[in-house]
Amino acid sequence: MGDSYYIHGINGPVVTVHGGRGLSVMDMVHVGNLGLIGEVVSVRSGETTVQVYEETAGLLPGEPVTSTGAPMSILLGPGLLNNIFDGIARPLRAIEKKSGNFIARGINLAALDIEKRWDVKMTIKPGDTLSPGAVFAETQETPAILHRSMVPPNISGTVKSVLPDGSYTVTDTLAVLETVNGQTFELKLAHEWPIRRARPVVNRLPIDRPLITGQRIIDTLFPIAKGGCAAIPGPFGAGKTVTQHQLAKWSDADIIVYLGCGERGNEMTQVLEEFGELIDPRTKQPLLNRTVLIANTSNMPVAAREASIYTGMTIAEYYRDMGYHVAIMADSTSRWAEALREISGRLEEMPAEEGFPAYLPSRLAEFYERAGYMETLSGTEGSVTVIGAVSPQGGDFSEPVTQNTKRFVRCFWALDRALAYARHYPAINWTTSYSEYTDDLSAWYEKRFGTKFAQLRTRMTNLLHEETQLLEIVKLIGSDMLPEDQKLTIEAARIIRLGFLQQNSFHDTDTYVPIEKQIKMMDVMMYFYDKAQELVSRNIPISQLRESGIADALIRIKYDVPNDNIDLIDSYFGKIDDAVDAVLAKN
Amino acid sequence: MKIEYVGLSEINGPLLVLDGVRGVAYDEMAEIVLDSGEHRYGRVTQIDGERAVIQVFEGTKGISLENCHTRFSGHPMELALSHEMLGRVFDGAGRPVDGLGNLYPDEKRDINGSAINPVSRQYPRSCIYTGISAIDGMSTLIRGQKLPIFSGSGLRHNELAAQIVRQAKVADDDSDFAIVFAAMGVKNDTADFFRKNFEESGALQRVVMFLNLASDPIIERILTPRCALTAAEYLAFKHGYHVLVIMTDITSYCEAVREFSSSKGEIPSRKGYPSYLYSDLASIYERAGMIHGLKGSVTQVPILTMPNDDINHPIPDLTGYITEGQIVLDRDLDQRGVYPPITVLPSLSRLMKDGIGEGFTREDHPALSNQLFAAYSKVQDARSLASVIGEDELSDTDKKYMEFGRLFEKYFIQQSQFENRTIDQTLDLGWQLLSVLPRDELDRIDDDMLSKYYRPGAISSLAEKDSKGAI
Repeated sequence: MGDSYYIHGINGPVVTVHGGRGLSVMDMVHVGNLGLIGEVVSVRSGETTVQVYEETAGLLPGEPVTSTGAPMSILLGPGLLNNIFDGIARPLRAIEKKSGNFIARGINLAALDIEKRWDVKMTIKPGDTLSPGAVFAETQETPAILHRSMVPPNISGTVKSVLPDGSYTVTDTLAVLETVNGQTFELKLAHEWPIRRARPVVNRLPIDRPLITGQRIIDTLFPIAKGGCAAIPGPFGAGKTVTQHQLAKWSDADIIVYLGCGERGNEMTQVLEEFGELIDPRTKQPLLNRTVLIANTSNMPVAAREASIYTGMTIAEYYRDMGYHVAIMADSTSRWAEALREISGRLEEMPAEEGFPAYLPSRLAEFYERAGYMETLSGTEGSVTVIGAVSPQGGDFSEPVTQNTKRFVRCFWALDRALAYARHYPAINWTTSYSEYTDDLSAWYEKRFGTKFAQLRTRMTNLLHEETQLLEIVKLIGSDMLPEDQKLTIEAARIIRLGFLQQNSFHDTDTYVPIEKQIKMMDVMMYFYDKAQELVSRNIPISQLRESGIADALIRIKYDVPNDNIDLIDSYFGKIDDAVDAVLAKN
Repeated sequence: MKIEYVGLSEINGPLLVLDGVRGVAYDEMAEIVLDSGEHRYGRVTQIDGERAVIQVFEGTKGISLENCHTRFSGHPMELALSHEMLGRVFDGAGRPVDGLGNLYPDEKRDINGSAINPVSRQYPRSCIYTGISAIDGMSTLIRGQKLPIFSGSGLRHNELAAQIVRQAKVADDDSDFAIVFAAMGVKNDTADFFRKNFEESGALQRVVMFLNLASDPIIERILTPRCALTAAEYLAFKHGYHVLVIMTDITSYCEAVREFSSSKGEIPSRKGYPSYLYSDLASIYERAGMIHGLKGSVTQVPILTMPNDDINHPIPDLTGYITEGQIVLDRDLDQRGVYPPITVLPSLSRLMKDGIGEGFTREDHPALSNQLFAAYSKVQDARSLASVIGEDELSDTDKKYMEFGRLFEKYFIQQSQFENRTIDQTLDLGWQLLSVLPRDELDRIDDDMLSKYYRPGAISSLAEKDSKGAI
C-alpha cells in the first residue's frame, strides 16, 4: 500500500486518522506505538475515524496507524472450549501470564494457543474434492467435544497432499488444496473469520424441537426452541444472571457460549469456578469442557464490549457448522446497546430515542437473525440459540432496547421485581411472559408425551390466570370472603406457584428437573384440584383440607422426590385421595 | 526541556482550549501558571490535530486568554502512594491538606487504574460481620464486595456507615484492616462527623481520608473516588490490608459528571446524564475485589442519596446494575423511629449465597433468611389488605403476619447505634420471630431444619419484654 497513516485527534475510544488514501470501512488497524487494536468506523476524504478497543490514554497525535488490510477477524480452531476471552477474543489466561493481575494494553495475542499440539485424525485423502465447509480433520478438543476442522466457507478444491494422522499445532499445514482457479490453499486446524459477517449455511430449517433447560417454568410454560431467540428482561436484582447461569448449566445444548458483556467481574469468576466443578449430567464431564467464556466486564474498554457479541456469535456459528447445538447466553444486551450509544455519541451522530442511535433496531435484528436451526455446509444440522438478558433502566420495559428486542425474539421471560422481593425464584412473571414457540413445538411434545402435556399446561395456565384475577378481589375484601370454589382455586394455584413455578437453583435436586418429572408434578397437582372439587360440591370448607398437610407434601415433591426415581410421585395420587376422603368422612 | 504555551484560544466552563500544541498525549496532566503566581492543574480530554482541550480541576475562574502559561507534564494523572498515607487527610485530587507536609512516595500510580483480569479475580466468600442484624442476617456483606447504601436526604445513612466501620470484622482472620474514606461534595459537617467518629473509635490511624467538600471544584470531585481507590488498591494488593472503602455521596459525583459533560457539549441521555455514566460508574465500582494469591481485598460501601427517594432514578438504577446488591433505607421506617431504617425486601446481597451457611456462618442461615424475606413480604400484603378492610377483619393467619411484621421491625431490624450483635444472636432472634407463625406457613425451610430450630412459643420471652416495654 505504501500509504502512511497517523493519529490526528483523540476523543475517548474514538481516534481520527489522517494521511494515505483512506482505509476501508471495518478494516482492523493497529493504533499508535503500542499497537492498540481498533476498527475503522467511517471514512471521509483525508480523514478516517477509528474506534479503539483499548484505553487510549497516552496516545499522541502523529503516532503511526497501520492497517491489517482485513476486517476485524478472530482465529477459530481447537482450544476455544474451556477457555476465557475478552471482547475481541484475546485469551485472558495468556494475558494474565504476560501482564499480571491487571490487564495491560497493546497485547496482541491470537485467540488460540499456537504452541499446543493436538492429536489430529485426518478424514481426507489426496484426490478428494472438498466443498466449502467440508470436514477434513477431527480432534478431541475436550473429553466432551469432538472438534471437526472444516474448510473455510469461501474455499473449495481438490486435495493435492495430506499429512498423516499425528500431533500438530493450529498453524501447521495439514493438507494442500488446489482451488478451481488453479491456486493452492493450505488447510490448517484453525482459520480466521470476520466477526461481523454471518458464516454461510446451506439452508435454514424449520424450528421444531425444544431446548430442554430443566427449569420448570421455562420448559413447561414458556419453552424455547433450538435455534430460537429469547430475551430475559428484568430490573436489577430480579435474577437475570442466576437464570442465565442456570440455563448455561443445565440446558441440553452441546456447546454454551457465555458472554459477559459489560457485567460484573466477580460474576465471570464465579462462572469460571463453578463451571469447572459442576458436572454435566449428560457427558459426565465438567461443564467448562463444553463452554466458551467471553468476559468483557463493565470496566473493560467500551468499544470491545460492542464487538463482544459478534465475537461470541461467530464462535457459536463455528461450532454450529460442525453440527452442534449451541446456545449463547448474552448478559447483557443492554450494555452492548449502551456501548453502541456511547460510541455513537463520540462520533457525533444524530441520536434517536433516548440517545440511542437510529440504527439500534437494525443492529439488534442483525444479531438475533444469526440464530437459527440450519443445514450446515458440512452436511450436518446444527443450531444457534440466543438467550439475551436485557437490563431496562428502572425496570421499565417501554425503553428502546427492550421494545426493539421484543420485535426480534419470540420468547419473552419477563422478570418481576415484586416476585424477586418475595424471593420467588426464578422471578419469571407468568402473566407478562410469553413464548411463540409453543405451537412450533407442540408436535415434538405430542410425540413424546401424548396430548396430556398440552392439556395439563393449558389447564395450569388457566388456573394461574384465574388466580391472578381472584387476587385482585382478595386485595380488596380479604380471602375469607370468597366462596369455597374460589378458595380452592387460590389454594391450588398456591401449590403450583410454590411447588412448581418456584425452583431452588441452590438445591441439589431442584436445580435441574427432567421434563418427565415436570409432567408428573403438573399431573399430580392438577389431580389435587380435581379431587378437592368433591369437597366444594358438598360445601365443605377447603381449610379443613389444609390441616392434613397434603398441600405441603405436594409443594415439597420437588425436594422429596429424587430425579432418578420419579415414579415415587405416583404415590401422591393415593395420598390426595386419602386426605380428601378423610375430610369427607369427618363431615 | 518542557515547552510552555503562553495564552489560550478559548475558555468554556471548566475547559481550556489551546491551539498549536504538539506532542501532547491524550489524558496527560497539565499545569497552568497564572500571572498572579497561582498554580492550577488540568488534564487533556480531547485532541484534534494541534488543538488540545484541557479540563481544569480548580475551575477557570480568574483565567483570561492572556494571563497564563501552560506546561504539560508528559504523564497521566498520578497519585503519590506510601504506607504513611494511613491516618492522613487529602483533598479530592490527592494533595495533603492536614498540614503535615507532602508524602515521601513509595511509588506513583495512574489514578485510572486498570481492569482486574477476570481470570485473576478470586471469588469473594468470607463474610464481614457488621453486628447489624438487618445486614448480617438478610444482606450479608462479603469481603471484596461492592454493596452500596441507597439512602435519601435526611435518612441516617452516615450513622449507619459509621457503625459499619466501627463494628466490621471478619471471623476467621485478624489481618490488618484499613479504611479509605472518600467524601464527594458533602458538607463540612458530614466530613467532620466521620472524622470525629473515626477518632472516637480509635480508628483514625487506620483511615485515609480524601475530602472534596460541597464547595470544592467539581472536576476534583470526579478525581476523588479514583484517588481513593488507587490508594485502596495500593494498600490492599501491595501491603495486604483488607480495605473498606466508604464513598459518599455518589449522587454528588454523578452530578459533577453531568455538569462537566454538558460543559463539553456532549449529547445528554437520561435526565441529562451523559450516555457513558454506566461505564464511568463501572470504572469505579469494579475496582473492588480480591486477587488470587494476594492477601488483601478491597470492599466498597458507596453511599448514594436517591433524588426524591426514587430508586428508578438513573444514579441508583445504574449503580444497582453494577454493584453486587444494595442496602435500601426507607423513609417510612425512619419516621417510625426505626434505626437502622433498612427495608429488607429491596435490599439484596448477591454474593451472600456463597458466603453463608454451613462452614461460613451457620447451617440454618440461608433457609432462615429466605423464610424471613418471604414472610415479611406477606406482611406487606396483609398490611395493604388491612388498610382496606381494617385489621379486625383479617383472617387469623394474616393477623399473625401483622404481628410478625411488627415484632420483626421492632426487634430484628431495630437496634441501637452501639449495639453489636453476633451472628448467632441475629439468627436466634430470627427463629424466635418465626415462632409467631404456624409451622405450615414456613414453606422455605425443610423439615429437618424446622425440627432442629423451630420452637413454637419461643417468641414469649420477647413478647414479655414487649408487654413490659408497652407499660
